[in-house]
Amino acid sequence: MLALLRNEKVRGILYQVLVITGFLVVAYFIAINTAHNIEVRGIKSGFGFLHSTAGFDITESPIPFSPQSTHWDVFKVGLLNTLIVAFAGIILSTILGLIIGVSRLSSNWLINRLAAGYIETFRNIPVLLQILFWYNVVLATLPTTRKSLNFLDSVFINNRGIFVPNPIFEPGAWLIGAALIAALLAGWWLHRYAIKLHEATGQNFPAFWISLGLVIGLPLLAYFIMGRPVTFDYPALKGFNFQGGKVFTPEFLALLFALSIYTATFIAEAIRSGIEAVPKGQKEAATALGLTPMQSLRFVVLPQAVRIAIPSIINQYLNLTKNSSLAAAIGYPELVTIFAGTSLNQTGQALEILGITMLTYLLISLVVSMILNWFNAKMKIKER
Amino acid sequence: MKRLLKLSAIAALAVTTLSMAGTLDDVKKAGVLKCGVNTGLPGFSEADSKGAWRGLDVDYCRALAAAVLGDASKVKYTPLNAKERFTALQSGEIDVLSRNTTNTETRDTTLGINFAGVMYYDGQGFMVPKSLGIKSAKELDGATVCIQAGTTTELNLADYFRSNKMKFKAITFDTNDQVDKAFLAGRCDILTTDQSGLYAARTKFKNPEKFVILPEIISKEPLAPAVRQGDDQWFNIAKWTRNALLTAEEKGITSANVDEMKKSNDPETKRLLGVEGTMGKNLGLDADAFYRAIKQVGNYGEIFERNVGANTPLKISRGLNALWNKGGMQYSPPFR
Ligand SMILES: N[C@@H](CCC(=O)N[C@@H](CS)C(=O)NCC(=O)O)C(=O)O
Repeated sequence: MLALLRNEKVRGILYQVLVITGFLVVAYFIAINTAHNIEVRGIKSGFGFLHSTAGFDITESPIPFSPQSTHWDVFKVGLLNTLIVAFAGIILSTILGLIIGVSRLSSNWLINRLAAGYIETFRNIPVLLQILFWYNVVLATLPTTRKSLNFLDSVFINNRGIFVPNPIFEPGAWLIGAALIAALLAGWWLHRYAIKLHEATGQNFPAFWISLGLVIGLPLLAYFIMGRPVTFDYPALKGFNFQGGKVFTPEFLALLFALSIYTATFIAEAIRSGIEAVPKGQKEAATALGLTPMQSLRFVVLPQAVRIAIPSIINQYLNLTKNSSLAAAIGYPELVTIFAGTSLNQTGQALEILGITMLTYLLISLVVSMILNWFNAKMKIKER
Repeated sequence: MKRLLKLSAIAALAVTTLSMAGTLDDVKKAGVLKCGVNTGLPGFSEADSKGAWRGLDVDYCRALAAAVLGDASKVKYTPLNAKERFTALQSGEIDVLSRNTTNTETRDTTLGINFAGVMYYDGQGFMVPKSLGIKSAKELDGATVCIQAGTTTELNLADYFRSNKMKFKAITFDTNDQVDKAFLAGRCDILTTDQSGLYAARTKFKNPEKFVILPEIISKEPLAPAVRQGDDQWFNIAKWTRNALLTAEEKGITSANVDEMKKSNDPETKRLLGVEGTMGKNLGLDADAFYRAIKQVGNYGEIFERNVGANTPLKISRGLNALWNKGGMQYSPPFR
């Protein structure tokens, strides 16, 4: 027996079993006690509320929603809105971060200082303040509905949002999509052909420009062949507001800007340190081979720098997603605002709703890190 | 902060075996009443330039503290926004919630709280910029509306537009401050909340004359203090403190004349002030508990006039909040 305990492996397993049992006992105690307290207090519990009518309205929703929808619908709308702003924010902050990060290392004094100034400023102001700032700036500077900025009677900008025509796809429209996919595939093939050609003969083939022509030209051709199956729903001022079209609300835009501008500072720093981690010899070798500074950045430095930077960029994407929950301050209807906010208050079921919300964020985090870890593994420098 | 509060509330529910009864003992032991109030609603609950809290909801807490602890200043105020208030009460963070909170069936039955009698009868109204030229809420089809999250306002609004077959867009903020800002910037056409809240908001505007409050009242908002369910003694104290303030007005007892009134021949006055009978004792309080509340804070009428009445920036008339024998609805069961 004692001998068994001396065995390191057995001991390891024993400790783990003990820890897990301890954890389960505590969790069990907490669950029972919570349930008891809730019951004694006369607080309603259970998940039935998910099927009851919400009774309130949500300003922007990618799926149909009305006050007669349920709290489960509220959850779905909130989640979708969170994902939408996170997705847009990730793209925007990446582009911005890349530009700033590279500028930060520029030998041009002005560009270099500007980038440093940007990073120092926006990284050190709490993101909630930035969200409120952009929101109130947008509201204060844009004209009111009746004095909207008008672009060709189809795009209108005022302090209720940016209103753009909304495309409506009629039956024949599928061919346009098909044409676009075909053009993209052709572009990909051309790109590979160009690389092969370059490797084999050193000739440059203008794959990019031909692809661009295809991507624009083919769908356009399909559009006319099918007798113009896409019409546009134009926004128009009716009564109090613009009706029709697609609107980007000030809440969405302010949140997107604030999150992107803030997160971009961290991404820029990640990229800068990534670039600085690429051995100097690489750049010198590129210059020796006759690559221009742009080419050496594009083909030699960045591909290596990005690999080094990816893990910390992953974290920034997750932070951005989580920070989107600060939107409650400006009324963008994401998960925390409407589900963990409004629904919670209308039903009073804090435990259930916060539980669901926390679980959802956990899942989002896990999925994002899984995708990016996979990407990370794939992008690893393959020693040849 | 908000999430912290919610999480700590949940943690409290999870790990403690909360003592259900005994709020009175807790308050006496602490020597201070923990009162949840509005973060800033002129006339109802607002910290003045010196940091002292003022308002009708605040005065209720002061009266309660005077009755229970003998000193109206022994109150610790916790400013709460609409979303935080119930969690704060449930978790024991506060002993009483006195924050322009509407008594509704759902809140009463599902949140584990009890409402201790109406301090202010209110109803939801609309405010619009004069420049829109709108005369009635029936003309609001298609309007954008600014509201605060976690309020009855959100629900009434949806109900009203639905029953009048009108469409609307609601922009929901979690602080009142941002609601006002967005409204003033023209993000919405209408501001809607309890009418008292509209009057209060207007006192903060730079150009109050540029806005009108529409005649329609679309809901009943009986604003009432609330306590945790399951502590009947504390619930009774909360109820009868409010009743004492009303009865004092009815009997003409004021903070100025309360000492003389102790010598009054009216038996109910004597009972209320603890000269005769066991009113205070029945509640577990000192005999002169309500005498102290009236002496230090005043009767309901004094509280009303001081905070929201004709001589304040809010200029609200008694209306529904007049006593029952003066054409209003404020009514206290007898002190007998
Ligand atoms: N009586 C309503 C509304 C109460 C409410 O929160 N009103 C808002 C608008 S007047 C308010 O007091 N806001 C002030 C704040 O949160 O600071 C309710 O109980 O739901």
